[in-house]
Amino acid sequence: MVDTDAFEDIPGTYLFNKDRCHEGYHLNMFCMSLMTAQNREAFLADEPGYLDRFPLTEEQRRCVLERDWLGMIHVGGNIYYTSKLGATLGRSFQYMAGAMSGLTQEEYRAMMAAGGRSIEGNRSKSEQE
Amino acid sequence: MARIIAGLATSHVPAIGAAMDLGRTEEPYWKPLFDGYEAARKWLADVAPDVVILVYNDHGTAFSLEVIPTYAIGVAREFPPADEGWGPRPVPVVKGHPRLAWHLAESLILDEFDLTIVNEMDVDHGLTVPLSVTCGQPEAWPFPVVPLSVNVIQYPPPTGKRCFDLGRAIRKAVAEYDDDLRVVIFGTGGMSHQLHGERAGVINSKFDRRFLDDMTRNQRRLIDMPHIEYVREAGAEGIELVMWLIMLGALDEGITEVYRHYHVPASNTATGLIIFENDAERAALAKAS
Repeated sequence: MVDTDAFEDIPGTYLFNKDRCHEGYHLNMFCMSLMTAQNREAFLADEPGYLDRFPLTEEQRRCVLERDWLGMIHVGGNIYYTSKLGATLGRSFQYMAGAMSGLTQEEYRAMMAAGGRSIEGNRSKSEQE
Repeated sequence: MARIIAGLATSHVPAIGAAMDLGRTEEPYWKPLFDGYEAARKWLADVAPDVVILVYNDHGTAFSLEVIPTYAIGVAREFPPADEGWGPRPVPVVKGHPRLAWHLAESLILDEFDLTIVNEMDVDHGLTVPLSVTCGQPEAWPFPVVPLSVNVIQYPPPTGKRCFDLGRAIRKAVAEYDDDLRVVIFGTGGMSHQLHGERAGVINSKFDRRFLDDMTRNQRRLIDMPHIEYVREAGAEGIELVMWLIMLGALDEGITEVYRHYHVPASNTATGLIIFENDAERAALAKAS
């Protein structure tokens, strides 16, 4: 069997593996549905009603309705899909990246302008203990 | 007989396309990045390829989690720019090269690379941003494009070795084509970046610069690099760099680096650009002039 456990040692990183694809499939396909203007309007007009079209878990629904960007990743969301929800809400990649890492968009942007988050100390969870 | 004359690798950050579309390239944030692309534009205009094979990844646009082709080749006459949630980019429709694309599909599959064949496909920033940064904002793209899409979103993407070997097979297939075409191949994506999780924003310039160096100095290290090293060192989305190895594999053993540019940041990403020419092509040109 392919073992991807070693990837879980990388801090703050969620490899989009078979388990996450399986868990997040409907969440990601909800996001995919926002690729058309008509669906974006329908979602924004009635978020809970629109979400009823997809067999999401309670936690996945909560994450969407509360804009819990990191939470979505925890329940199988993939950034290339959740970013479609972001675009629907007028949120940039930098906003979402900041939200997931506990920074405001301004703080995150400043960190990137200064060369980004350092790799030092961010390679391994054991390194952070 | 067609031949691959050169290879170019570049990042394909969506914000770079947006900066061009919105006329913001002269702003202090963006100017250093775009200044570094000027030489590449001039180079590409001078080379004037008959066709470009463009290796890129689709970001949940033409494909989604419904169907995940590891490699997919576009054989259509044209590929419309996709609506990625903001409406389509205001860029020209990408013209394909069906005859070369079908030749590649046939040759590569018979050579045991089992590509998915795609007759209808919208193309997202993964394909159009590399065209924008290397061609500017023309009314029509100056060459037809054969799109080659690679899955790098769902684990596992193809290995670096498989990508390099696919490049070698592309080189062979192009050489067997019955028309005299001058082909440039693009590898796109990267360099270090991570868009998700608490580690979002990670950049590793040391890794990136060594990667650029080793494209000529130590290809073996790159070919053998395991996925986890990309994810750990270059960020989860830095895995896109395996696509650069398809470009590298399609070039000859003897290549010369003619240009590079590296800039941090473009939004969340370390942006890299590098160009190689096949030495045989350079020698032929030198002899002709």
